[in-house]
Amino acid sequence: MNEKKLAFGYTVSKDRQIDFDEASLELYNKVCAAEPSIRLCISCGTCAATCSAAKFSDFSLRKLILQVRRGITKGLQAEVSKCMLCGKCQLACPRGVSTRALIMQINMNLQKTGK
Amino acid sequence: MNKQVAIIGAGIAGLEAASILDSMGFKVTLVEKAEHTGGHIQNWHQLFPDRRNATEVAQGIISKPLANVSTEFNREVTSIQPFAEKFIISAKDGWVFNADAVLITTGFELFDAKRKEEYGYGIYDHVITSAELETLFKKENGVTLRIGRTPSRIGLVHCVGSRDEKIGNIFCSKVCCVTAVKQAIELKELYPECEIYCLYMDLRMSGRHYEELYKQAQEEYSIQFIRGRLSEAAEDKSGKIIVKVEDTLLGRPLKMTMDMLVLMTGMVASAQTASICSSAGIQKDSDGFFKASDPHLYGNITGIPGIFLAGTCSGPKTISDTLSDARSAALAVQSYLSAEANN
Ligand code: SF4
Ligand code: SF4
Ligand code: SF4
Repeated sequence: MNEKKLAFGYTVSKDRQIDFDEASLELYNKVCAAEPSIRLCISCGTCAATCSAAKFSDFSLRKLILQVRRGITKGLQAEVSKCMLCGKCQLACPRGVSTRALIMQINMNLQKTGK
Repeated sequence: MNKQVAIIGAGIAGLEAASILDSMGFKVTLVEKAEHTGGHIQNWHQLFPDRRNATEVAQGIISKPLANVSTEFNREVTSIQPFAEKFIISAKDGWVFNADAVLITTGFELFDAKRKEEYGYGIYDHVITSAELETLFKKENGVTLRIGRTPSRIGLVHCVGSRDEKIGNIFCSKVCCVTAVKQAIELKELYPECEIYCLYMDLRMSGRHYEELYKQAQEEYSIQFIRGRLSEAAEDKSGKIIVKVEDTLLGRPLKMTMDMLVLMTGMVASAQTASICSSAGIQKDSDGFFKASDPHLYGNITGIPGIFLAGTCSGPKTISDTLSDARSAALAVQSYLSAEANN
């Protein structure tokens, strides 16, 4: 019997859960060492509200920072590349996060690891 | 002017009011259900937001002069009955006392974390309460002893027993967010290599210098904050605690294993509140705490003239708010008794 014909259209759904025990905080720790102000982010979203790139894409610096914090690196390179480094976010951030330097650090480290 | 005032509860509110009423010349009797005065502060190590030594503050309150104050220990008051412009106070053990005015300072009780069964308190060894953590801090290296080794990841769970209609408490306990941040810092000092996570719904840094403490926790102590309420905790074979939470800022469920979980247990009204309310004819509020006749204008006054409230018996308060409330209650008692004397 040809097994292929028995496909009913079911697939295994991908688990969306963040397994923090498996997550690597390597990127976060490196970025944190070079740009410690990432620690100060309170996820308020002021940066994303003013962001030029966010007007035209689904880019959110708030979310990017959080993903780095949680060790989520998949697809991050494509995300970072949406930023134009205009620096508006830095003027707006209430916690004084050095956003541009931070984005550059994230980008640099991602390129190094080739992710 | 030797009018008799009974103060029900010798915690910090009762003691503070007692020393003021004493200095005003009243005869004061403190009625305490425990064997000692001071209440909850006696179990605390450091206080937020400046991490002041709790024993020092407790001593500062306890050592205030109480010249004409007598204290009755082990007397759990269950009823206060108005009778001919006086009040008859009765305790569980049959003790009865008469006073011209009564100040209720029965405080709060800590929420019983066992009731939040899904968090595993009382079931898993390494799930403890914030109050127990304070006791561990008081003992040198108590935390290591509890776990048996140096912890590498600890989680602090906010709002346990508060903001939770499922267990019947809709209100916020006000002090536990900043306590969590303070305890996170203390844990990090004890274990610099340990990862510390606060799992919160909202961070309510409402007092002076609380926000600064929060910033310091992030900047200097690398404490991580995850916005999401724990759905459950489970124990693995090695005795570690696996928690499930949604990272609501990322919109994804998250699972992580901790060496220890600290539950920030909130405040609930003390057990005798209901019986005191019904015997005295005063009101209990929807949150279970005593109700003032006008919370804006007369926060220390009940619906029955001569019965007053101070401290956390009328809702969650910080230590400094409790002390201010006690001082204002003392003035309310004085003005009531001197008006009575002039009649
Ligand atoms: S620097 Fe990047 S993230 Fe910041 S506002 Fe400009 S485009 Fe947005
Ligand atoms: S504005 Fe600053 S604090 Fe707010 S999310 Fe952006 S980086 Fe974080
Ligand atoms: S102070 Fe914070 S932890 Fe305590 S009940 Fe309120 S929100 Fe929850």
